[in-house]
Formats: sequence, C-alpha cells, structure tokens
Amino acid sequence: MAVFVEILKAVALAVVVFTFLAVVGAMYGVYLERKISGWIQARIGPMHVGPWGLLQTVADTVKLLQKEHITPRRADWLIFNTAPLIVAVAGLLDWVVIPFGTAFGRVLVVRDISIGVVYFAAMASLTVVGILAAGWSSNNKYALLGGLRSASQMVSYEIPLALGLLWAVMLAGTLSTVGIVEAQRASGWFLFKVPPFGLIAALTFLVAATAEVNRVPFDLPEAESELVAGYFAEYTGMRFALFQLGEYAEMFAMAAMAAVLFLGGWLEPRMPLWVWAGLGLAALAAALFIRFSALRRVLLVRPILALAVLGAVLCALMVAGLAAGRSPVLPSLLWFFIKLFALVFFLMWMRWTYPRLRLDQLLNLSWKVLLPVGLVNLLITGFLLTVAR
Amino acid sequence: MGELAAFIILSAVILIPAVVVVTSPNIVRAALSLVPTFLGVTGFYILLQAEFVAGIQVLIYAGAITVLILFVIMLTEGGSGTHVRQVTAQVPLGVTAALWLAFLLLLVLPRTPWPLSAGQPPQYSAPAVGSAFLTTYVLIFEVTSLVLLIALIGAIVIARREE
Amino acid sequence: MPKVVLDWLYVGVFAVVGIVLAVLPLAVVWLLAPRMALPQKNLTYESGVIPFGQAWAQFNVRYYLFALVFVVFDVEVIYLYPWATVFRQLGPFAFLEMLVFLFILLVALAYAWRKGALEWV
Repeated sequence: MAVFVEILKAVALAVVVFTFLAVVGAMYGVYLERKISGWIQARIGPMHVGPWGLLQTVADTVKLLQKEHITPRRADWLIFNTAPLIVAVAGLLDWVVIPFGTAFGRVLVVRDISIGVVYFAAMASLTVVGILAAGWSSNNKYALLGGLRSASQMVSYEIPLALGLLWAVMLAGTLSTVGIVEAQRASGWFLFKVPPFGLIAALTFLVAATAEVNRVPFDLPEAESELVAGYFAEYTGMRFALFQLGEYAEMFAMAAMAAVLFLGGWLEPRMPLWVWAGLGLAALAAALFIRFSALRRVLLVRPILALAVLGAVLCALMVAGLAAGRSPVLPSLLWFFIKLFALVFFLMWMRWTYPRLRLDQLLNLSWKVLLPVGLVNLLITGFLLTVAR
Repeated sequence: MGELAAFIILSAVILIPAVVVVTSPNIVRAALSLVPTFLGVTGFYILLQAEFVAGIQVLIYAGAITVLILFVIMLTEGGSGTHVRQVTAQVPLGVTAALWLAFLLLLVLPRTPWPLSAGQPPQYSAPAVGSAFLTTYVLIFEVTSLVLLIALIGAIVIARREE
Repeated sequence: MPKVVLDWLYVGVFAVVGIVLAVLPLAVVWLLAPRMALPQKNLTYESGVIPFGQAWAQFNVRYYLFALVFVVFDVEVIYLYPWATVFRQLGPFAFLEMLVFLFILLVALAYAWRKGALEWV
C-alpha cells in the first residue's frame, strides 16, 4: 500500500510543479520577457490587460485556447501531434532534481536522485528528439531546416554544458544536486572557488545553457526573420503554447541549475555585516538620486529605481537580522528565487542586447572554444586539487 | 508482486514500439519508436538498481544515438522514406526460422538452472564505478579512449569519402 | 522499496502526469475552438505561395559529421562523471590516469579539427 501513497504523492507533486512551470515559467516568463524587452528598448511593454498589463499573458492563453488546431495535409500527423508533448514533458522532468530550499528540516526537492546531475543532462537531451520530430513531421522546408539546425546546435552545446556540470561535481565529489549545494555551505560559492577557474566553468555552463534553450544570440533555429520561427512554423494554438511552455520550463531549469551549481542554490550568501550595510547604503543612495533628479522621467532608468529600492530593503533586512544574531536571516526559498530570477533576467538581457550569430560561428564557438576550454579547465582544476595540494 | 507488474508494464513499453520499428513503412516513425524502447530499458536498469547505467541509457541512447540515426535518415533518404517495404519475399522463410528459434528457446528455458545469488545487488553507483575504473580496470579504461579515438577517425574517413 | 526505484517511480509518474496535463488543454481546445476544413488552410506554409515539392529532401552530410563527433564526446563525458566523484579520494594517481584518457581524446578533437569535420563551409 505504501506504493500507492507514494504514487499519489508523486501525482500531487507533478501537478504542483507543472502548474508552477505553466504559470511562473511560461505565463509570467513571457510577461517578464516582454516587460524587459520594453525596458531595454525604452518602451513600457504590455499595459492594458490588468494593472501594469499583469494579466496580458493570461488573456493570451485564453485566446490560444480558442484557436483551431491545424494539421497540414502533408504532415505526418502522428509525429506532428506527439512532438510538442515530448518537448513539454522533457522541460517538466528537468525539475525533478532541482532543490528549491529547505523547510521544516528537510530539503524541498521532488527527489534527491543520487545521479542528479547526469539525470538533468539526460532529460535536457530528450528535448532534441522532440524538436527534430517537430521539424521533420511538419513537411515544411522552414520547419525542417529549423529542426536540423536546432538539433545540431543542441547536440554541439550539450558537451560544454556537461563539462560545466562536471566542474561542480569535481569540487563537490557527488552527483546529487542537494549534495552539491550542501558542499557549498562549507566552502562558499563554487563560482569563486579555485579562482579564476570557477568563473570560467560558470561562463562555459551559462553560454552552453543559453544555446541549449535556443535563445538569442543562439536562436538560429527559430530565427523569425529568416526561418519564420523554425521548427514550430506549422503549429497553431495550444500546441504552439506547449512548445513555449517547454522552452521556458527548460530556460528556468537551466537558470536554476546554474544557481545550484555555482551560486550556492538556496544558501544565504555569507558576508560580514558591514558589506551588507555598505551595499544597502549604496542602493539607497542610487534610489534617492534617481527619485530626486530628472532621471526619474527617463523610461530606461525608472525600473532601476524599483530594483534599487528592493535591494536596499533586502540589505536592511539582512543587517537587522545579522545584528540580532539570526542565521540564516531570510528563508532559503527567497534566496533561491532571487538567484533564479537574477539569472533569468541575465538571459533575457542578453536576448535583447545581442544580434544573432551565424551558423558557422555558432558551431565554432562550441567545438573550437568552449570544448577545449572546458576540458583544459577540468584538467587544471584536477591538477590543483590532487597533485598540487 | 509490484516487481512483476513493473516488469510486465516495462516489457509492453519496450516491445510495442519495437514492433513498430520493424514493421512501420515510415522510416522516421520507426526511428522515433526507438525512444520509448530505450526508455523502457532504462526502467529495467532501475529495477536492477543500476542507477548510473540508467542515466547513461537515457543520455546516450535516447538523447544521442536517436539523433544520430535521424540525421543519417535525413542524409540518405530523398523523400522516399515514408513508403519503405520492410518485408521481402522471404517472409515465409523468416517466419519459419523465428518459430523454430522460439520453439528451441521454450524448450531450453525451463530446463536451464538459473543461479540466483541471495543478498544485495552489487554497487552500481557512480563513485563505485569510478573507483573500479581507476583501480582494478584501469587498463580497460584507458583503452576505451583509444577505441573512441579510432571510432572517430573511422567515421570521419568514411564520411569524407562520401562527400 | 529501494531508494533508487522509488526515485525513478517519481520520474515515471512525472512523465505520465506531464503528458496528461499537456493533453488537457488540447482537449479544451477541441471543445472550444472552431473547426473548418478548407483545402487552402491545410496547405503547407511557404510564405504564401503554393508549396513546391516535398520538404523531405536529402540533407547535407555536415550535420551527420557533427552528430558523429558529438556521440564520441558524449560517451567520453560519461566516463568523466564517475571519475569526478572519486578522484579526490584516490589522489594524484587517479588524476594521471584521467590525464592520459583526456589526452587521447584531445588528440581525437585535434584530428577532427584538422580534417575539417568541425568546419561549416
């Protein structure tokens, strides 16, 4: 009977994680993307549906629900209809091993699989199959070209991605994601370990992750302006939304994994009191300067005011907590989400800043730069950790 | 009980797509049907508690080999891959051979003693595998990289000639 | 039940529930959305012109080369995972073993590079 209890628990957790991904990842991920793109291009982004346009993507979803499903006559209908499911489910499965934080004395993770990092890489690699299936089954030249490009790009960047994962595994000595975070409790963020090689490994991972989720500057497979959206050119309505869901779930998972590997996951950053106080005062000064100068009216600057105020509040809380002798001061979930959204913001910032790479540049970057750099990085770190000790 | 149920479900997950692989006239459908088959085999590794091997199975077979096969198909077929005849005039002969093999297997299976060792399954965890590679089987481990090198050289030589 | 099996039972349930939850909105669409079969609508999209020929054509050999090199390096990385978990306990000797292993693969990378398998011309 214990098995049925476990299955029920698993179903409940799956529904919760799926809903989280659909609402926070896909719906508010798209909203965030539109707001941030607006900010970067000195616009205001969606404003009409709900306060500050908050319900815009909800309205979009309702609209997509009413759209007809078109399966082109010449498409292979079976593969055509299965492909979006593969992409969406692969995006969901990534999240099984991501630890969100701790509560009530236990780690908030669906399952702490002991080969967590390998599992993550394996599930991320399943997306390729879905994309290739979508591209081929549409029987559309744009879609097939997009699917093939996407697949060759994703397989090329899987290796640097794995090398980034491996670097963190080397330091932690375990494949479990929870174990990697716990290893950083004693030693501090892996980002700053064995300098500068931690930084190099993190950069390798982040670049490979960006390419793995097909985002600018690596968005050739979806290049709107040349391939009319690539492998999902023929998909309409909710099936198109499933691709978006899979993509955003994957992007958030990559950002979460980067936070787990290099930024200490849910752990609170440990800095002396005066550093927090200094950071808080700097944020406060920036906020006051913007508020009481003409900069306040500039569209590009206004969001910085909000961020500076939030940063000042965070630092003030930390200072108060540390002065009162509490440790950790803030809940671990909050720290995890701060790191997650900081990385997501970074990915979106890149998207709206850089132009698209050419296919040969893209493949060269993976095979001739990231792969050798990643391998040599592993070797030097291995040398420093064993022989040179 | 639960193990038997899992075994039967996984067998269905492996065998039904496997039949599609060898019968479908659409070569891409056949290739994609390999994915559930590979994932079903992953389930067997899990039942044997070989977790690291299961991870490899998904990563290499479902994620990499399938993509390679699909690329090969798209490289070689020029729109003809949707109506491939997977059977030839030799069907009767093949059926006879298959039935004969099945008969022999059924004859042999009940008579073979299957040694069942009691106790725990061996350690298949990643650290255990790593220690074994780096101590007992170090020569095999190093030769593996040579095999990979030779495989790469051979593949490039063949592909270049075709080009 | 062993921990390994329980872990992956969750993975299996996640996959099944994921498929169900992904199909659910498609069912809603089936109820809500209009359905009108027009021959023009079911044509393949080709920027507005009548599609010419099939898309399922023969493709470039270069994709295949990249996939081949990828599989070789993917297998290599698999060997690195177990090493990375134990090399600190096993000390300098384990590092030297991996140095030999990786050196041979760097030779493989150099070969592929030199032969132009990584070139997209």
